[in-house]
Amino acid sequence: MEKITRHELSNGMVILLKEVHSAPVISWWVMYRVGSRNEPTGKTGISHWVEHMMFKGTDEFPAGSLDRLVDRVGGTWNAHTFLDHTAYYETMPADQIDLALRIEADRMINAHFDPDETESERTVIISERQGSENSPSFWLDEEIHAAAFRVHPYHHQIIGDMTDLKSMTRDDLYGHYRQNYMPNNAIGVMVGAFDTEEMLAKIRALYEGIPAGQLPREFHREEPEQRGERRVMVEREGNASFVTLAYRAPAASHEDWFKLAALDSILGGPSGPGGGNIGSKTSRLYKALVEKELAVSTSGGISMTIDPYLYTIDATLRDGRTHEEVQVALDAEISRLHEELVSEVELAKAKKQARAAFAYSNEGVTGQAFWLAYSEHIESYRLFGEYPERLQAVTAEDIQEVARKYLQPSRRTVGWFIPIESNGAEGEDE
Amino acid sequence: MAAQFSSSAILSAIPGPEDIIRRELPNGITVLVRENFNAQSVVLTGSLVAGAVFESPEKQGLVGFATSSLMRGTKNREFTQIHEELEGVGANLRIGGGMHEVSFGGKSLGEDLPLLMDILSDALRYPSFPEGQVERLRGEILTGLKIRLQNTRYMASRQFARMIYPPEHPYHRFADGEFERIKSMTIEDLRGFHQRQFGPLGMIVVVVGNVKADDAVALVGQFFGDWANPGQQPHPTLPPVNSPAEVSYASVVIPGKSQSDIVLGVPGPSRYADDFQAARLANNVLGVFGMMGRLGKNVREEKGLAYYSYSQLEGGPGPGAWRVIAGVDPSSVKLAVEGIKVELDRMLNEPVSADDLEDNKMNLVGSLPLQLESNEGVAGSIYNMEYYGLGLDYLRRYADTMNTLQASQLQEAMRRYWSTDAFALAIAGPELEGPVL
Repeated sequence: MEKITRHELSNGMVILLKEVHSAPVISWWVMYRVGSRNEPTGKTGISHWVEHMMFKGTDEFPAGSLDRLVDRVGGTWNAHTFLDHTAYYETMPADQIDLALRIEADRMINAHFDPDETESERTVIISERQGSENSPSFWLDEEIHAAAFRVHPYHHQIIGDMTDLKSMTRDDLYGHYRQNYMPNNAIGVMVGAFDTEEMLAKIRALYEGIPAGQLPREFHREEPEQRGERRVMVEREGNASFVTLAYRAPAASHEDWFKLAALDSILGGPSGPGGGNIGSKTSRLYKALVEKELAVSTSGGISMTIDPYLYTIDATLRDGRTHEEVQVALDAEISRLHEELVSEVELAKAKKQARAAFAYSNEGVTGQAFWLAYSEHIESYRLFGEYPERLQAVTAEDIQEVARKYLQPSRRTVGWFIPIESNGAEGEDE
Repeated sequence: MAAQFSSSAILSAIPGPEDIIRRELPNGITVLVRENFNAQSVVLTGSLVAGAVFESPEKQGLVGFATSSLMRGTKNREFTQIHEELEGVGANLRIGGGMHEVSFGGKSLGEDLPLLMDILSDALRYPSFPEGQVERLRGEILTGLKIRLQNTRYMASRQFARMIYPPEHPYHRFADGEFERIKSMTIEDLRGFHQRQFGPLGMIVVVVGNVKADDAVALVGQFFGDWANPGQQPHPTLPPVNSPAEVSYASVVIPGKSQSDIVLGVPGPSRYADDFQAARLANNVLGVFGMMGRLGKNVREEKGLAYYSYSQLEGGPGPGAWRVIAGVDPSSVKLAVEGIKVELDRMLNEPVSADDLEDNKMNLVGSLPLQLESNEGVAGSIYNMEYYGLGLDYLRRYADTMNTLQASQLQEAMRRYWSTDAFALAIAGPELEGPVL
């Protein structure tokens, strides 16, 4: 891996720089340490809405001008809100990167939050939520989180509850922005075709003058231990059935996290940085459910999170199969992990896949910068580079140990999506 | 100011005739390779002349079903072996049936390209259509179709295609098939399609990444050089498509949905049309540039009606759709359609301003370095240059191509394809109250 340098500005902003000269492009990310994890009930979705308002203009860059300036030079930009963070990026032709640096420095403190723009964006965000609601799996996911987390803010969806989207005010949003957007709560990462010394000087010139702020008192509500299986059923219009098992999983900083990630590779298929590039038709779940014609697709999912979160297993049922049949087959696979060590062949495959996936994830400046920022926020930027090595260290015994510890019915929420009749659901056609 | 590549570093990063190796094999396969030793991976992409345009209406979905069966078992490998070999080295390979061609794409570490090519050849040339696997796949396709019947954007798009293309035209039908037809298809149908239409004539193979060009060309020769299919048919002539004569409207009611998906449009230019570049630039102004263009500004930014509102120009080998897509609250459908029509009228009646023209040219030219950063992006661009016969210097000339375009040409292209008195509007979602037009 090429050299990465880490710098801390005098105002507390962390900067990571990595030169990559394979293509004339640069990606600049600014990640704030705030996400839906930091939202109290009544203000769910506020981090995501603030993210939208960051595109609504400042004195220097009035609303609408930024889209034009970035697109005009052939750049791309976007933002996303996650459980633990909110992140903004621009990926630009290398000689245009100054614009990206100026945009992020400016909107870190100067965003307007114009009241009219806030109202107009309210309906856009409600529309975004409605678009998600059109997908049956959104409703199941929302209910599973609400059941799995009674206390911790991971209980609500990042988009927020509809009632909060209707009631939050401009001042709520602006307050959230002022409390969380400051250099000492931000990580800046640049990857691409630049000279480190020269770029660091530019960054210092633009960002070091932004005053550090009083860091917000962290909104923190620890989820109590789960004792006993929870079950949720969603009955809505649709014509496909889904089963999800959501097990309480450790935080990314916990020593068991990588053991569960290795377990997931064997059970559900490759995950982690770059893992989406590799198929999962040889995973245990595929063999046990899709090959046995119980499901048409399966997957496992584990995320690196600050607080303990979930390890989920999803199955889309094959037409004509029942939730009970699929549940029995999934439980049999979990029991197998409890009772038998995974084979050396399976483990070796998971490790080779992790190496390939890591190579793929290192080929684009945008993805690399994102993973470095994400890793720095969770633990240290080194986590990204060490991902394959940490997976290499996992043994068959480790996997059995975490299966027995975490994959217990008493630690899980079981969700079923049960379709009810809908006129659009027939196998109709011309 | 003319749109141009902003530095020599950028110009030299754009693939061109000096760094793309192009070879034609005697059996009709064209191989194109670009080396990139900065990456550890290699990307393989390409196509065969065998798409849904070759299937009869009563066998709709045949190409999709047949193509999805290819990696379910071959004369040399069973299903499990195919996927163990690929996934065991962290590689992937997909083969999919499209409207005009069967396309393939794969990725592996550079050292595993021989394996990727071997399995691609095995799947394309020697599929065995094992009965158990075909039945399993049929169930997966049928469940997938049922799930799509609940997808508002998919259903609006499908309805829209039925409205703008006549029933005898293949674009009238979606290539992924329909329920009863998939149910009744036999293994002989699948095998027959493969035998008739799969062959090397017109096949394109593009390889980009960590491999020496000569090695990549030799691999294609090793695995495909002796392939022949004397019965392979050339591309059929498609029936004509007329512009709509009036406004037509249809809705697909899907109860229980929160949002309505709108598709509004017309048949657009093919990629070969003389006015394609003018149409592409006009489309960029209408519904792409600066967070979804004028449509995004009107419907999303100013009115706050939608999370997405954009336009899309298909521009494939035939008269693909030119359409506006928006997802809105069911109570706002009428307002959104009005907003879309206002922006279409502006494009039709007013020449694009000099500033807008320049911004959009700079955008299309300036975004090439980003598109070409990855092996996938380079492979896709090389594939397009070959498929459409654009010439391997097409990207190098791209700025000049854009700079010749005038505002009047954009307006002419809009007028050739669009009218606010003649288009198709399809909406899928919950039942709507009141008129939408």
